[in-house]
Amino acid sequence: MAEILSSIVSVAFHGAAYGMILYVISVGLSVTMGLMGFTNLAHGVFAMAGGYILSSAMTGFGYPFPLALVIAFLLVAAGSIFLERLLYARLYGSGELAQVLFTIGLIFIAVAIARLIYGTQAQPVYLPDYLKGQVQLLGRDFPTYRVFLIVFSAVMIAALWFGVERTRWGAMVRAAVDNRAMAQSIGINTKRLFTLTFALGSGLAGLGGALGAEIISVQPTYPFEQLVYFLIVVAVGGLGSLRGPFVAALLIGVTDTACKYWVPQFGAFFIYVATIAILLWRPGGLFGRRA
Amino acid sequence: MTHSGGYGADPRIHWLEWLPWLAAIVCFFLVPEYLSLGARILIYILFALSLDLILGYAGIITLGHSAFFGLGAYVAGILGAHVGITDPLLQMAIAALAAAILGIATGAVILRTRGLTLLMLTLAITSVCLEIANKATTITGGADGLSGVVVAPVFGQFRFDLFGKTAFVYCLVMLFIGWWLVRRLIYSPFGATLTGIRENTARMHAVGAPVYWRLVSVYTLSATIAGTAGALLTQTNQFVGLNVLGFEPSGELLVMLILGGVGRLYGAFVGPIVYLIAQDFLAKQWPEYWYFGIGVLLVVIVMFARGGLLGIVDLVVAKVQGKRP
Repeated sequence: MAEILSSIVSVAFHGAAYGMILYVISVGLSVTMGLMGFTNLAHGVFAMAGGYILSSAMTGFGYPFPLALVIAFLLVAAGSIFLERLLYARLYGSGELAQVLFTIGLIFIAVAIARLIYGTQAQPVYLPDYLKGQVQLLGRDFPTYRVFLIVFSAVMIAALWFGVERTRWGAMVRAAVDNRAMAQSIGINTKRLFTLTFALGSGLAGLGGALGAEIISVQPTYPFEQLVYFLIVVAVGGLGSLRGPFVAALLIGVTDTACKYWVPQFGAFFIYVATIAILLWRPGGLFGRRA
Repeated sequence: MTHSGGYGADPRIHWLEWLPWLAAIVCFFLVPEYLSLGARILIYILFALSLDLILGYAGIITLGHSAFFGLGAYVAGILGAHVGITDPLLQMAIAALAAAILGIATGAVILRTRGLTLLMLTLAITSVCLEIANKATTITGGADGLSGVVVAPVFGQFRFDLFGKTAFVYCLVMLFIGWWLVRRLIYSPFGATLTGIRENTARMHAVGAPVYWRLVSVYTLSATIAGTAGALLTQTNQFVGLNVLGFEPSGELLVMLILGGVGRLYGAFVGPIVYLIAQDFLAKQWPEYWYFGIGVLLVVIVMFARGGLLGIVDLVVAKVQGKRP
């Protein structure tokens, strides 16, 4: 009995850490898809870039872990502004097909660049000493890094929710998601709002990719392999919402961990089946407003 | 010049439309050392044709068309390797039937949705298939692939030889049947309904067209053709690998179709020919640059040449004839 309990706690803990990372990476995708109606399949590219920047900053330049995280966030955000202004913005009015193809093209380019620079091997993760080892909580040992992941992500998520629910910028974003034409007509600069929101979402993806490098290993095929998971989080959670993807990410994190722990012979089978079932039951996602 | 079909278009076969078949026959005699590649190209043309039917004509955007291709490939492979059904035509018929059943079963439920949900559902379905093929190792061979697929000679006469002669002719005949079917379909009133649904779904509802059933029918038909193409791939290679399922083959097929031109029938011919020949020459030497090039090509096509290669040809022809495009 104690053993079963122990494994349940362990699965819940690791699942939560994974879910938190998934959420930090995917939340930007949910907001930009809800805000601009842009089908961005290349979101994983930003997460992968964050992971590579972290590893380069730490091994190549010898920067400490926290500084490397900040650099990953800033560089990915800056890069995404460049991409958004130069390429994405041209396709806002285009059909879904053009957006899908364009972002698949971006994935191909990113995968090729990553392979040219870093090779096909997964990047090793170097953690600072204070994040290695175990911490004691309620008489159990938990890996310090996972605890850090959960706490850090929770703080960021709280800050993000505060930003969207309580600040002026958040109010403008919500207004634009609800009704873009109306938001524009009362004088909100939706173009700039889009760019900033896109940069924030991509930066968060970069940060999530860097933080989660130990859970989701950083290698050139990252954007292809993880795409399904990011899209599931957004589609199951519901477009344009913050709460929905959070629930979806935690669900996926825990389910995936549980499946890999107890029924590894089925792999990700149940995740996909559950996704299909949920989407057929609620096509707009669990918390989507457009059903 | 554009053979895009649709209501009111002349359904007679233009002399230009015989060119691809003539070219294929010429290739058969002139470059016998490339017949294996040729058979592969013919298979992907058939596969691209099935995607063009639902994407180009009916406007269904899917990331999961590989589910049907892969199912067809695995069904043919399992029949040949484990069940002992070795007759190629019988294998193909069963593979096509399996793909049709998957097509109608999934199509009937997912075609009620649209947008991101539809995209996600198609992707999830092919991912489920990939996961099953990966984990059911006793039947599918898992990551090692399914080898030892036995395929008897066609009609008991023509063995699948090492040079791909039989494979090439066999694939060519199948492609011809597929092409004839698809062509008949898109010039029919049924095809006109599909184009109507793509252009304005609300209005098709308003005129009383059975939109949902038309979509389910065409989706099932497309799945059947894709399954046939998958079975052809297995029979010509006598091997099935995991790379026929999942997001990547779907994405690659999209690239081929877009390269040729969507919704114009012969885009599905031009795209795979150019893509696979270029891949054969370039990808082995410079794999990184190959993917980079494909990515750049996609971005450029989306930004500047939505009609693909055939669209560019149309523009040039219009320029030469002094008409405005």
